[in-house]
Amino acid sequence: MSKIAVTATINGDEQEFLCEPGESLLDALRMRLNLTGSKEGCGSGDCGACTVMMDGRMVCSCLVLAPEAEGKRIETIEGVAEGSVLHPIQRKFLEMGGLQCGFCTPGFIVAAKALLERDPDPSETEIRYWLAGNLCRCTGYDKIIRAVQEAAAEMRQERVVS
Amino acid sequence: MTEHNPLSQFRVVGTRPVRPDGIDKVTGKAIYGPDHVAPGMIHGAILRSPHPHARIRSIDTSKALALPGVKAAVTGQDLPHLPGKSVSLGEGEADLANLSCNCLARDKALYEGHAVAAVAATSASIAREALKLITVDYEVLPHVIDLEDAARDDAPILHPDLRTQGAEEPSDKPTNIAFTFALKQGDAAKALDGAAAVASGRFAMPPVHQGYIEPHACVASWNADGQGQVWCSSQGPFMVRAVTAGVLDIPVSDVRVTPLEIGGGFGGKTTIYLEPVAMLLSRKAGRPVRLAMSREDVFRASGPAPGLVVDIRIGADAEGNLVGIEADMLYDAGAFPGGGTMLGPLVLSNMYRYPAVDIRTRDAVSNKPSVAAYRAPAAPQITFAIESCIDDIAAQLGMDPIAFRLKNALRPGDTSAMGMECGEIGFVECLDSANAQDHLKAPLGDNEGRGIAAGYWINIGGASSASVSLAEDGSVAVVTGNPDIGGSRASMAIMASERLGVPYEKVRPIIGDTATIGYSVVTGGSRTTFAVGRAVVQACDTIIADMKKRAANVWQVAEDDVEWRNGAVHCTAKGNDNAPMTITEMAENANTTGGPIAAEVSINPHDSLPAYGVHICDVAVDPETGHVSIKRYTVVQDVGRAIHPDYVEGQMQGGAVQGIGWALNEAYIYNSKGCLDNPGFLDYRMPVASDLPMIDTVIVEKPNPAHPYGVKGVGEVPIVPPLAAIGNAVKAATGKRIRELPMSPDRVFAAINGGK
Ligand code: FES
Ligand code: FES
Repeated sequence: MSKIAVTATINGDEQEFLCEPGESLLDALRMRLNLTGSKEGCGSGDCGACTVMMDGRMVCSCLVLAPEAEGKRIETIEGVAEGSVLHPIQRKFLEMGGLQCGFCTPGFIVAAKALLERDPDPSETEIRYWLAGNLCRCTGYDKIIRAVQEAAAEMRQERVVS
Repeated sequence: MTEHNPLSQFRVVGTRPVRPDGIDKVTGKAIYGPDHVAPGMIHGAILRSPHPHARIRSIDTSKALALPGVKAAVTGQDLPHLPGKSVSLGEGEADLANLSCNCLARDKALYEGHAVAAVAATSASIAREALKLITVDYEVLPHVIDLEDAARDDAPILHPDLRTQGAEEPSDKPTNIAFTFALKQGDAAKALDGAAAVASGRFAMPPVHQGYIEPHACVASWNADGQGQVWCSSQGPFMVRAVTAGVLDIPVSDVRVTPLEIGGGFGGKTTIYLEPVAMLLSRKAGRPVRLAMSREDVFRASGPAPGLVVDIRIGADAEGNLVGIEADMLYDAGAFPGGGTMLGPLVLSNMYRYPAVDIRTRDAVSNKPSVAAYRAPAAPQITFAIESCIDDIAAQLGMDPIAFRLKNALRPGDTSAMGMECGEIGFVECLDSANAQDHLKAPLGDNEGRGIAAGYWINIGGASSASVSLAEDGSVAVVTGNPDIGGSRASMAIMASERLGVPYEKVRPIIGDTATIGYSVVTGGSRTTFAVGRAVVQACDTIIADMKKRAANVWQVAEDDVEWRNGAVHCTAKGNDNAPMTITEMAENANTTGGPIAAEVSINPHDSLPAYGVHICDVAVDPETGHVSIKRYTVVQDVGRAIHPDYVEGQMQGGAVQGIGWALNEAYIYNSKGCLDNPGFLDYRMPVASDLPMIDTVIVEKPNPAHPYGVKGVGEVPIVPPLAAIGNAVKAATGKRIRELPMSPDRVFAAINGGK
C-alpha cells in the first residue's frame, strides 16, 4: 500500500511522517511519532481519551484521518506543559487526586484546557457538559471537576496579577 | 463535601501528598498496555467467531500466511490440550483447559466474539487484511443466551461433559448448570410464614461490563531457547505469568512478565485473553508480537460481570427483628464454568442476623463471554435484592430504614450464617454516621425521593511481597509486585515514610516484574494497601532491626540499649553519650557496618476485615419520560484507616458511580441471533460527567488491628449499595418497587403508568 507523506506542526515543532491513507491521526501520533500520551479507548469518538487540538479546535483524533493533518497545527497532551513546568490543570489534577488509573487523564486535560481558554470562569454545570465527551470509569468525575474548577480559579488569579 | 478527621498520631499517614507516578500520568509519559514497543515488534490480530455457538470443523490459514508481510498464524490446535489441569492463582484455582479454550477456541466457538485464530504481520493493517483470508468451516449450533433458558433441561448444551458440581444427587445428564450450593439453618419457611412483615420478589439483572477505558493489550517475545517475556497491563503480573505458562504448558520460570501501567481493571484484568496467543505468534515469527483488543472486542470477549435472577423472601417480627431469609439465586457464568457463585451466599449472610436461613445458589453457562470479576464480584446483584426487601420491610413496620438496619446489623462478636466471625467490623458505625448526615434532613422537591442502602464486602489478604532498600544517601526504594491502579504507589510510600521516619519524597515506590520481586497475588479483593502495605511495613521493620543491631555494634552496647525514634538510632545505655545516628548516616556508613541495608519480606495474611458502607441517594424521576436523575449522593464507608484520603475518597466515588451506571443504564443487550447489540460506548452507556452531581464522601475509621496502621481495604464495597439505594429512592419518589435492572426510562415509565 503506498503511503502518504504528511507535514504538520506538532506541539510547536514541524514534523513529517508517512501514513496509510485510511490511518487515523491517533494511530499516526501513537505509532509514527511515538506520542503515546493520546489514548485509544474506543476508536469511535465516544470516550475522548484521544482528544487533541487541531488548529485550535478540539477533536477526537481517532475520528480524524492522519492525512487531514497536513499543514495543520496539532497539540497533544505532550505539549501541554511548558518544558518541565506543568500547566495549572495538570498541577491541580495531581494536587487534588483527579486521576486514579490515569488512562483518561490526557484527554481530560486537553479538553479542560480548551474549555478554560474559551471560558475562564465556567460553572460546574458548564464544566460537566463540556467534559461529557470524556469517559472516566475510575473517579466518578468529582475530583476531576474540582481540579478543573481550582485550575480555573488559579488561572483567573494569575491573569489579574499579570 | 468530604468528611475525614484524621487522627493526628501519624506524621504522613492520612495526609494527601502528590502521587509518585503523577507527573508521568498528567503529561502523557506513562506507558500503558497498548503503548509498549519492543524492538522488531510486529502486529497481531485475532479472528473472532461471528456465531454464538458453532462447531469448528476446520480452519485454513494458508491464504493468510501467503499474504506478503504475514509472519505467523495460529489456531486453537497450536495450544496444548490440558483436560483436567488447573493452575493456582494464590486465591483459588483456575481451570487451564477452559482458560486455554477462551484464549483460542478448540472445537467449538461458545460465544460471538470468541477468538478462533490469530495472525501476526509487519503492520496492523496487513494483519487485519490477513484475517479476511482465513476460512473457518463452522457448523452453526443452536444457542442459548438467556440465563434461565440456559438452566432448563432442554437447553442447548455448551459442554457435553459438564456435570453440576456440588449437586446433592449427582446426575450423569449433560447440563449447563455448573455449580450449586445450598445452606439451611432453622426453618426459614415457617419463620417467614409467621412473620409480621415480609418482603419478597423476583429480582433480575443482565450482565454488565467493568468498562475500564484501556482495552486489553500485550507484547510478547518468545525465543527459541524457551525463554519468554510479556509486557502487559493487568491486575497482577504473577497471575499473567502463571496462566500464560500454564496454558502453554511450559515452566513458570520461562515467562517473565513486566507490568505496564494499567488503565483500569475493576476485576476484569484478573484474568488473561491475549498473552498465550501473542507468545505462540512470537515463537513462530521469531519476533516480538503485539496483540491489542478493540473496544468491540472488549465488550464481546472480555468481562462481563454475571447477571443474576433471584427469588427472595425476607421477614421480620413486629418489633423489627429479622426472622429469616429464603433466596434462590441463579448467576450467569458465561461460556465457561466458574462464576464465583459462592460469593452470593456470603454476601447474603454477612450483613444481618438471621435466625433462619434457606438459600440456594447456582450458576449456569450460556453463549455469552466468560464472566470475570467486577468489583465486589456477585455482591451488587444480590445486595440489590436484599436491600430492596429490607427497605420494604422497614416501611411495612413503619420503622426508620436506618434504625431497622441498626437493629439487625452484624456487629463484633456475632457469627454470621455462613460462619463469619465478626471481628472489629464497622457496620454499626457506618449506619450511625449515615444517620447523622445533614443529607438526610435536606428537603426534597416534587417527584424526588431519597433512598438508603448498605453493602458488605469480604476484603481479602493473601500472598504479598515487598522489598525495601536504602540507597547510599538514605533515600529509599520500595519494590512491590502489585500494579498501581489508583494510587497504591502513594500509599506504599506513605507507609514506608511513616515507618522509617524519612520524608515522603525520599521514598520511591517501584512496581517490579516477576523476576525482581517475590510472588504476589493480584491487585484485587481490596487487598493491596492491607496486605502488600503490611509487607512493606514489615520490610521497613526488618531494616530498622538491622540498623539497631549495627548501631549496637558500633557503640559496643547491648541491642536492648538501642532505640529507633524519628528516623534515627538512639543510644539509651546509662552513662553513654553516643550521638544518635540518622538513617542517612546509617546508609552512608553501611559498608563499614555490614554491607547494604535492605530487606525483602513475603507474607500471606488472612486476617483482613470486611468493609461495610451505607449510601444515601436522592433522585428525581421525570413522570413524562421515566428518566431518573441523581440529585445528591453520599457515600459513608468504614475503611479502617485512610492512608491517602484522596485515593480512598476516589475509590468511594468511582465505585458509587459505577453502581449508578449499573442501576440506571448499563446492560448487555443481545439480539435474536445471539449477538451483542451494544458493543460500544455509544450504546453501552456509562455515566458521563453531566449525568452526575458531586459524590459526597464520609470516611469512617474503625482501625483493623491486623494492620500496622489499621487499614481494612476500600476499593470494592462502594459499588455494592448503589443499585438498591437508587431503587429505594425511586420507590420513595414514585411508590413503585422496581425489581429489574437497569432502571431505564422505559422500565420506570411503565412502572409509574400502571405497572406493578
Ligand atoms: S478513542 Fe477517540 S473517542 Fe475514544
Ligand atoms: S482515572 Fe481511570 S479512567 Fe479516569
